[in-house]
Amino acid sequence: MTKQKTRILVVDDEEIVRESLAAWLQEDGYRVEMAPGGEIAIERMRSGQWAVLLVDLKMPGVDGLQVLEEARKLQPDASVIIMTAYATVDTAVKAIKMGAYDYLVKPLRPEELSSMMERLITQQDMMRENILLKRALKQQYSFRDFLSKSDKVQAIFDVAKAAAGSASTILILGESGTGKELLARAIHEESRRKSGPFVAVSCAALTETLLESELFGHEKGAFTGAAFRTKGKFELARGGTLFLDEIGDISTKLQLDLLRVLEERRFYRVGGTEPIDVDARIIAATNRDLRKAIDGGTFREDLYYRINVIALTIPPLRERKEDIPLLVEHFLERLCIETGKRLEGVSAETMDLLMSYRWPGNVRELKNILERGAVLVRGPIIEPADLGLPLSEGDEGQEGAESLREMERRHILKVLNDHDWNITRSAQALGIDRVTLYHKVKKYNLKEEEC
Amino acid sequence: MGSASYVYLRWIGNKEPEEGMLEEVKDRTQSVFEVPARIMDTNERPAGAFDPARGQYSSTKILRWVLRDVPVDARKVVAITDGDLFIPVLTFVFGEAQLGGQGAVVSTARLRLDLRGLPSPSPLFRARLSKECLHELGHTFGLTHCGFSRCVMSRSNTVPDVDAKDWTLCQDCRKLLVELQKRTGDEP
Repeated sequence: MTKQKTRILVVDDEEIVRESLAAWLQEDGYRVEMAPGGEIAIERMRSGQWAVLLVDLKMPGVDGLQVLEEARKLQPDASVIIMTAYATVDTAVKAIKMGAYDYLVKPLRPEELSSMMERLITQQDMMRENILLKRALKQQYSFRDFLSKSDKVQAIFDVAKAAAGSASTILILGESGTGKELLARAIHEESRRKSGPFVAVSCAALTETLLESELFGHEKGAFTGAAFRTKGKFELARGGTLFLDEIGDISTKLQLDLLRVLEERRFYRVGGTEPIDVDARIIAATNRDLRKAIDGGTFREDLYYRINVIALTIPPLRERKEDIPLLVEHFLERLCIETGKRLEGVSAETMDLLMSYRWPGNVRELKNILERGAVLVRGPIIEPADLGLPLSEGDEGQEGAESLREMERRHILKVLNDHDWNITRSAQALGIDRVTLYHKVKKYNLKEEEC
Repeated sequence: MGSASYVYLRWIGNKEPEEGMLEEVKDRTQSVFEVPARIMDTNERPAGAFDPARGQYSSTKILRWVLRDVPVDARKVVAITDGDLFIPVLTFVFGEAQLGGQGAVVSTARLRLDLRGLPSPSPLFRARLSKECLHELGHTFGLTHCGFSRCVMSRSNTVPDVDAKDWTLCQDCRKLLVELQKRTGDEP
């Protein structure tokens, strides 16, 4: 920023002090305004943006440290310089701890003030450049809201962007929490259907009958309790995208119904006789191995080929650990806005821990753990203790596929026991949804008495 | 500006000014700013600007005093004193000016000495004084500090800084001066 664009507020109760300092700074080209006391300074902070605040420590009423405290809340990007003629180590330490940029003892040599101002403006410029650079990098690494710098995911982005322009059905594969719905939304946003709705339905969350009605709608009186004609998700997604999540969990009967709809591009409401055209791009997703499900006879091969026109497999977070620092920064940025806290980042130890953890709940788990950290942290830096991550997860790479399953089993069991087998709270702690947790409990045959 | 056409150089020091010193500043003022300059002859001195605790003069108070009694035909007034000047936040200042205003004050006190505290030769001292007077005058015309270290408008925090610059305006500042004068109607 040029000096002409740098706004400085000089706060001092003595007129000659603030006027002479303001004049001195104006000669350098800064845009300087003055406040004759703490109260007015706080008012000015509410109504305008300042790059630098030069504040006298001792003022009647609201003093310099109180102005500093308010500035941290109202103008977190501003650099506050406390000035005093009566310096004490205590107040200096206090001011710096409270976030003052510097603590000046009057009078200063002119070159000291000049070089401090130059240094400060350079630092602010660098910070601004840093933010812009990070933003540009983020854009380079993102497909809409999906962030990743991994080569594997970048290759997926390329295919997804190309696929977005077509009408083809897309199958997104990946473990729970990898961001399948986020990718589906990104494809929708990138497609010609972006002005239409994006309708998501979790196929695993509903029983067969309910899901049928949910997908296709029903006519009045189609079944007990069907008091009105209701539109299904296929109709609601008209002109847009229908996202069928957990498609590997639907019953064989519904698989057949769905296959027909996809082939004929039309469907009937439950209890209806009039065919309705499908006018939605279908994106399906699952965390299951559909090949195995076909071999096991639980998933129709013909439906698999129908939905698997373009397949995108999102790698789990443990296979793209280079994304962890990027995602941490991204989530903390959002958490700062949501919580109003001034979080600077995570400590080196915390980052080591995050990098060595295996992330069974993938990006969702990382997000939840950071959210917990943001709530519990007392200072601006998140430390390992704020996260509550299981410490035994650190020694990756020494175990084979079997022990990884065992590790997941043990971890889920521990979390369930920690939360008295409350599924909702355990799922939240694991960073996975309740349905996935039920699947895992079933898969590992976990029981409450097991410890 | 009507009848306001002169830059006045006003000596307000405790001792008599060095012979020919003010004339030299006047000549350089006319040459650099292309405005007629005059030396103001008066015996009045600012009262209440001396701070006994610091043993220095408040430049802001002197500036206010100067602006109370400005000749009717004055475009600008540059007061020159031999007293050491200060503003409360700083240990000293070489001078102070109203940015885009009418008045400025410059001190000779520190310009006479080199870094070791020894008196400098008169031509060197006079060159320094001219530079600082032209610098403060530049502020009154609306010029701010220049990033080009040889320009008279570059900031000088020490005597070597003053010695390092010329007593002329760089091309950018010259252009800016013309622009500012057009904008404010403050043309010769």
